[in-house]
Amino acid sequence: MKDFIIPDDTDMGTPAKEGAPVSLIIDGFDVTVPEGTSVMRAAAEAGIKVPKLCASDNLEAFGSCRLCAVEIEGRRGVPASCTTPVAEGMVVRTQSEKVRKIRKGVMELYISDHPLDCLTCSANGDCELQDMAGAVGLRDVRYKAPENKELANHFATRNTSGEANPEWIAKDDSNPYFTYDPSKCIVCNRCVRACEEVQGTFALTISGRGFDSRVSAGAADDSFLTSDCVSCGACVQACPTATLQEKSIIEMGTPDKSVVTTCAYCGVGCSFKAEMQGDQLVRMVPYKHGKANRGHSCVKGRFAYGYASHKDRILNPMIRDKIEDPWREVSWDEALSFAAKRMRGLQDTYGKKSIGVITSSRCTNEETFLVQKLTRAVFGNNNTDTCARVCHSPTGYGLGQTFGTSAGTQDFDSVEHTDVVVVIGANPTDGHPVFASRLKKRLRAGAKLIVIDPRRIDLVKSAHIEAAHHLPLRPGTNVAVVTALAHVIVTEGLMDEAFIRERCDWDEFQTYAEFVSDPRHSPEANEMLTGVPASDLRAAARTFAAGGNGAIYYGLGVTEHSQGSTTVMAIANLAMLTGNIGRKGVGVNPLRGQNNVQGSCDMGSFPHELPGYRHVKNPEVRDLFKEAWGVDIDPEPGLRIPNMLDAAVHGTFKGLYCQGEDILQSDPDTKHVAAGLAAMDCVIVHDLFLNETANYAHVFLPGSTFLEKDGTFTNAERRINRVRKVMAPRNGYADWEVTQLLANAMGADWTYTHPAEIMEEIAATTPSFAGVDYALLEEKGSVQWPCNEDHPDGTPLMHVDGFVRGKGRFIVTEYVATDEKTGPRFPLLLTTGRILSQYNVGAQTRRTDNVVWHEEDLLEIHPHDAENRGLKDGDWVKLASRSGETTLRATVTDRVSPGVVYTTFHHPDTQANVITTDYSDWATNCPEYKVTAVQISPSNGPTDWQEDYAAQASKARRIVSAAE
Amino acid sequence: MAPDKMIRMGNQIAAFFRTQPGIDPAVKTLEHITDFWEPRMRQQLRDYVADGGAGLDPEVIAATKMMA
Repeated sequence: MKDFIIPDDTDMGTPAKEGAPVSLIIDGFDVTVPEGTSVMRAAAEAGIKVPKLCASDNLEAFGSCRLCAVEIEGRRGVPASCTTPVAEGMVVRTQSEKVRKIRKGVMELYISDHPLDCLTCSANGDCELQDMAGAVGLRDVRYKAPENKELANHFATRNTSGEANPEWIAKDDSNPYFTYDPSKCIVCNRCVRACEEVQGTFALTISGRGFDSRVSAGAADDSFLTSDCVSCGACVQACPTATLQEKSIIEMGTPDKSVVTTCAYCGVGCSFKAEMQGDQLVRMVPYKHGKANRGHSCVKGRFAYGYASHKDRILNPMIRDKIEDPWREVSWDEALSFAAKRMRGLQDTYGKKSIGVITSSRCTNEETFLVQKLTRAVFGNNNTDTCARVCHSPTGYGLGQTFGTSAGTQDFDSVEHTDVVVVIGANPTDGHPVFASRLKKRLRAGAKLIVIDPRRIDLVKSAHIEAAHHLPLRPGTNVAVVTALAHVIVTEGLMDEAFIRERCDWDEFQTYAEFVSDPRHSPEANEMLTGVPASDLRAAARTFAAGGNGAIYYGLGVTEHSQGSTTVMAIANLAMLTGNIGRKGVGVNPLRGQNNVQGSCDMGSFPHELPGYRHVKNPEVRDLFKEAWGVDIDPEPGLRIPNMLDAAVHGTFKGLYCQGEDILQSDPDTKHVAAGLAAMDCVIVHDLFLNETANYAHVFLPGSTFLEKDGTFTNAERRINRVRKVMAPRNGYADWEVTQLLANAMGADWTYTHPAEIMEEIAATTPSFAGVDYALLEEKGSVQWPCNEDHPDGTPLMHVDGFVRGKGRFIVTEYVATDEKTGPRFPLLLTTGRILSQYNVGAQTRRTDNVVWHEEDLLEIHPHDAENRGLKDGDWVKLASRSGETTLRATVTDRVSPGVVYTTFHHPDTQANVITTDYSDWATNCPEYKVTAVQISPSNGPTDWQEDYAAQASKARRIVSAAE
Repeated sequence: MAPDKMIRMGNQIAAFFRTQPGIDPAVKTLEHITDFWEPRMRQQLRDYVADGGAGLDPEVIAATKMMA
């Protein structure tokens, strides 16, 4: 149990401040804190707890409960310590007869309108109201009802005569994860402030005044579920009583221990406390010292962990001769020897390079490292790839070419220092919600926002934020738009010449400047092509270039195009042009999709490079691994995922070990993926569930969840965070153990006993990880690579004194139209994305109550296009491309432009990827998910393909248990 | 891999390097293909060029002919 950490979660009352030191005396102790700090926080720093109810250190002070009153020498009255800033020489007394009396009076008032059912209350043992009643010594409530009247209150359902109490409001349990019980509310405002300040959704408010004040979600007839609430959990965390309470706590009771770990959903990589009763998970609470999330969470990480104990989880290994057969449950030994024999047999018949692996961007670094090691050291080839192929591989190539490393340049804290934010091809409020909350906080503080996206995403306009510019470009024209922005900056002389001269190759800049200044790159010349009004584009360019610290955040709307890599280079050019590299508040920030997609790339999952992004052609790198692993490393690049499938159809690639990915659902052109999988003789799926890919598998190895193993994830800011085992693997083995068993069944002699040993091997072979070990992670909590002798504490900001490659390199970015074009048969452009409540292929989130927010994929279509086709909101429509067709229901909305339709890919019965094509990025083969020419027509049922698919899937999932 | 896919992928690479100043696009295309295409894919390309290379851009054909 040595990995268990007891977090120090003392609430300091008000947020930390930065400023010149101020010294004061509190209860006789000398305290020095930064200017602007509250007296309450200063006291907490000295270990003195001032009673409080409405204050919390993640919210600005509010000063409403009056419980934190203190005496300050030379000041009149009893100021609230939360709203009073420290001053030099101040002398504070937190305890005196006077304040004690006041506090007791305050508590007496609170308790006079609060039920005294503490023993059976769900917050028993975790209630600040209870704590404070104890802290102030409240022993009696003296308020009595006037004669012949009841004492007005909010908690009794009926009065003593049996009449309904008009002040009582029933519990709202519409949200699947938490309840709102108004009878327990003390109207401290913490939930409302958390919704505003922390989450930035503004779904909660206080309705009424005085005694009638109530917390209210949305409008008068809304419930929590129907309101704008995004179920991030910030209000529940803020609530000092049982008013807002997790249903799991109501059901199970309070946890008895807590372990810090890392969320296994998106690339933000939030730190959480897994709160446990024995080996039962009671709740996940965001960890306030987590450097990626700073105590915040979203509905997925906070609540959607139920998949870990879902009945669909497969816990026993299974095999079958042919995919037409039902599955047969077998022992681990039998499954592993079956798999090993088949894989080795394939190599004997079809050659060493006829098998390969797909590493998981959801598993840990240590697990990924072992999977690529399996192919390189045991299979003897470089046939390894990962889901980053289909998301951020262009980032690796594009940033590598311009800056010399694929690394995103900043940490998430950097957003607090930015003045102008460009969000391009990303929808953070859905895809990276906790980062979005941090971004929105900065926007509310005055930073400007430029959104470049075909859709009017929520960031364009929502509560208290509005983009200064939204450039709704036509899908596929990113390069033209970003190059036009550069055109404006260069031709209007807005570039940072000093930065360019000092930090970049000046000759290359000259060539680039000449290229970009050509009138054919002007916004006016491109308006017809991109659909972006030239004046808007010019205004956006000026805002970015002249607005102070400029930061660019981008997602898969940039990379998943035939010119994905070129757009990444164009973005890097833009950052260099404006001098926005190498300090806080600026930079090029790829928002990575999955929890460990950064780590899976770092760990050598790509077929052309060994861990640490070093090409397999380099003999000195191969020698290093030969030394470590005792085998020769193949000097030729291996097959990428699309190439594996092509080779499979061609008959030269026959066996695949696929860990924690569902390529049949997530990869483009489903029919081609299915054909590739069907052509293989040994597909080993290692996963939690019988996913879609498993329909074509011969071996199923059950996987473990992030709660069941030790390891590390690396998030989008290169932060290496610990994942900690809080329960035993339900399937018997952690995933790294399963890979080791398979390797050993194939003749390897691996003897790892803990992931820490794998990390030692990673550090020994990978320069950017050289300084990383579990002891360091225990000590620091997390660290951002590069972490080595030169950067012992890690590297929050890249390229501070110079680019990794030396001089930054400007690259000419000519727009090349994709071959995927609209025409009479397919006149609309389909683009795809994510929704907040669901994650990727939905294998996890579909198996949680998150389905109440999104139970099916919907097609967004502009009213104009809908009307032309006679479609109404909610109609079933057939969506067809040259690749395939499916049906789903339509949502008519002007969030999309005319000519553009949009859907998500979370549900296999819709299977949006049967529509997408095999076109891909020129440099990396990253599929062009974001542009598919389609036609839409009314429909009254599933397509033939959907019916065939469903029939095949149901047949492929039959299981004969071992006993039969 | 289907020939039309190989042709498109090859031509896409050449299309990028054609736009780059001061380099030989065929040489850069060759380097890119050598770095990222698995030997089976390169062999398929070689075979296709040996058969005439219909549909391939000149830079791709030149690159393929330079392959060791």
